[in-house]
Amino acid sequence: MHELAVTEEIIKVVTDASKGRRIREIVLVIGNLSSFIDESIQFYFDKLTESTPLEGAKLSFKRIPVKLRCYRCREEFIPDEEYICPYCKSIGGDIIEGREFYIESIEVEDEDRDSKEYT
Amino acid sequence: MKIEIVKNILEANDQVALLNRETFNNLNVFTVNVMASPGAGKTSLILEAIPRLNSSVAVIEGDVASSIDSEKVARFNIPVVQINTGGNCHLDASMIREAIKKLSLEGIRYLFIENIGNLICPASFDLGEHIRIVISSVPEGDDKPYKYPGLFSTVDAVILNKIDLLPYVDFNIEYFKNGITAINKKAKIFPVSCKTDEGIDSWVEWLKGENRYK
Ligand SMILES: Nc1nc2c(ncn2[C@@H]2O[C@H](COP(=O)(O)OP(=O)(O)OP(=O)(O)O)[C@@H](O)[C@H]2O)c(=O)[nH]1
Ligand SMILES: [Mg+2]
Ligand SMILES: [Zn+2]
Repeated sequence: MHELAVTEEIIKVVTDASKGRRIREIVLVIGNLSSFIDESIQFYFDKLTESTPLEGAKLSFKRIPVKLRCYRCREEFIPDEEYICPYCKSIGGDIIEGREFYIESIEVEDEDRDSKEYT
Repeated sequence: MKIEIVKNILEANDQVALLNRETFNNLNVFTVNVMASPGAGKTSLILEAIPRLNSSVAVIEGDVASSIDSEKVARFNIPVVQINTGGNCHLDASMIREAIKKLSLEGIRYLFIENIGNLICPASFDLGEHIRIVISSVPEGDDKPYKYPGLFSTVDAVILNKIDLLPYVDFNIEYFKNGITAINKKAKIFPVSCKTDEGIDSWVEWLKGENRYK
């Protein structure tokens, strides 16, 4: 249930950033090493935005796979279950991707077009 | 129209964690975040450490409910605060901020924070600790580092507890260790038993060595 607090945080950040314009889409970047689950964020987002200006905004999740830099040969690779480097067959590496958890961008409605739509 | 944001969603927690760390630094309190699945031996390990540290220790006990663990710790007559998260699966920095208001940290040299029993959620939340450890116990199986790399990749030490049970369980220590070093080569690994006390001293010695405030 820890997605509740982070979803509240997401709503706060995008609301500030939108400066009152309608938000169509929110792009979240989540590394596979982070402990957050897309469905759970979506669930709380739907609940929390019900009957608010954010209702119906689309959440897009960009999932980042874990990427290691081999301890031995320094090549980068996306590990299998046992972290074996495909280049030199040794085990493990420094984590260079996979811990991400941030809001990348939002898509807001253009003020111009909005006014046209409503006239 | 697209607006770039690129903002860490955990920033609010991280900022409070920073404040906590400042408080600990100012008071010279070395703080240890103890994580593990339910029943792995978090409380047992803290209880083993307290008399061996020969120093002033305080404990923050995190649990979803009950004060069973804080009562065990309180028998040592040391400051202890219980946090009940009422269902929440991890401690966060602001819960610790509240808890330390109720503790007199003056003169304390070690603060243990027993996190909620869970191998997933606590990984993402910095509490302001100086070191993070995870306890994994033999009956849980040797594959835990592979299944929970998010947590195992962030810790300073892994305590493998309940090694007295090795004769009764299929547990490949090499496989277990490989799963840790593959993604975290700086993590120290300590096989221990809180029942027979095997390995406890070397873990406590390491902890003393890590404490810059002794
Ligand atoms: N055989 C054996 N049992 C142990 C060992 N360490 C702890 N136990 C037992 O494991 C059980 C759980 O230990 P705790 O220390 O309460 O574990 P915990 O991680 O604090 O549990 P929660 O706070 O409930 O998540 C208890 O019954 C302990 O007696 C050990 O090294 N060997
Ligand atoms: Mg406990
Ligand atoms: Zn390699």
